[in-house]
Amino acid sequence: MCLAVPGKILELGEDESALIEIGGVKKRISLMLVDDARLGDYVLVHAGFAIEKVNGYEARRTIELFEEIAKLDGTA
Amino acid sequence: MKYVDEFRSPQFLKGQLEKIAEFPLSARFMEVCGTHTMAISKAGLRPLLAPKIELVSGPGCPVCVTSAVDIGRALALAEMPDVILATFGDMMRVPGPKGTLSQAVSRGAAVQVVYSPIDALELAVSHPDKKVVFLGVGFETTAPTVAAAVMMAEERGLENFYVLSLHKLVPPALKALVEMEEFSIDGFILPGHVSAIIGSQAYAFLPEDYGVPCVVAGFEAADILLAIYELMVMCRDGAGLGVEYSRIVRAEGNRKALEVMHRVFEPADADWRGLGVIPGSGLQLREEYCAYDAGAWGVTSPEPIKDSGCRCGDILCGKIRPSDCPLFARSCTPDEPFGPCMVSTEGTCASYYLYDYAEGEGINPPHQHGGE
Repeated sequence: MCLAVPGKILELGEDESALIEIGGVKKRISLMLVDDARLGDYVLVHAGFAIEKVNGYEARRTIELFEEIAKLDGTA
Repeated sequence: MKYVDEFRSPQFLKGQLEKIAEFPLSARFMEVCGTHTMAISKAGLRPLLAPKIELVSGPGCPVCVTSAVDIGRALALAEMPDVILATFGDMMRVPGPKGTLSQAVSRGAAVQVVYSPIDALELAVSHPDKKVVFLGVGFETTAPTVAAAVMMAEERGLENFYVLSLHKLVPPALKALVEMEEFSIDGFILPGHVSAIIGSQAYAFLPEDYGVPCVVAGFEAADILLAIYELMVMCRDGAGLGVEYSRIVRAEGNRKALEVMHRVFEPADADWRGLGVIPGSGLQLREEYCAYDAGAWGVTSPEPIKDSGCRCGDILCGKIRPSDCPLFARSCTPDEPFGPCMVSTEGTCASYYLYDYAEGEGINPPHQHGGE
């Protein structure tokens, strides 16, 4: 039930709403629960609300860590 | 899909599984969250990690930990002639003392499945002659969205929107769990999205006061394997609080969402299936918002049948595995669920039945009882 997925903000609307895209699907959600989300930001979406912004810097760091371990395996 | 696909590298998974296999330590970890349970079963991680690492599922499926009496109260509300009960779909087939919400619908009750609390709000706008009650089930991930809907109802002057708050809080449940006499977990894989709201610091008491290693993890198999390795290192070097899911979770959490949640709700005692009543582990509407509280209508439920054979309570505490329940895969299946852990798509029994049990590997099928 705590499922949430990252979506990209395509349009900012009235009343703290936004149009977002999740894997090709567009949906209107509320930005009422996050601070200064901007056009082009990725937000985590749960039950019609953005509940947090995705931190791009931290995401890249985790991916780099994955890549390092994959290289250790020797098959990458 | 950005921020999803990059976390699914098979090379990484292979490399990380080897690192875990080479680490000189065996352990028993609990994944607290139902979304983790499903992710682990779906990726087939349990048999890949056994017997070195045993993964036990915890009380982190909100549908599953809702008590039978609370299901009965929701059903009684749905059967009131002027009420439309709006709920997340997962709750429809959970059995209470007088059956499920689905069965109530077949008897004429008005129940509407919604994706968001905002949809329930719109339902109230389009049915001014009805009372729309939103069934507030969920942890800290969901409670702010319901609180936001209550604030929107206030702003729009809606007088026919209500909430039955059955919301629950994760840290008090973990405290109750580690204080159980038979507690035997070496570390917690902590929920990612509950933590997005409450922040990783909310669990600091677990390593500090109880010496239990904790890592907040994301939901891809790669995230979970990183968290497991970090927990193993903590088992060797000393308990700490790690955040593997740093692309989402901050130490302080989401202050804005917390503000909205605390503005509308306040902590209250809550009855958890399996764990019983835990002080301060639920959320009730604050007095300022009591006009929206369907819980104040005094609707009651009959007591549930005792000794039905269902072991969901023990499964939710990690005391037994689904295959140790006499009903599992016999009189309780996803098609005809008996207990809530088999109903919810993220319930422990449903996950094990669909993936681990069907694979027939690693986890005992029900005819071979394994000792705990």
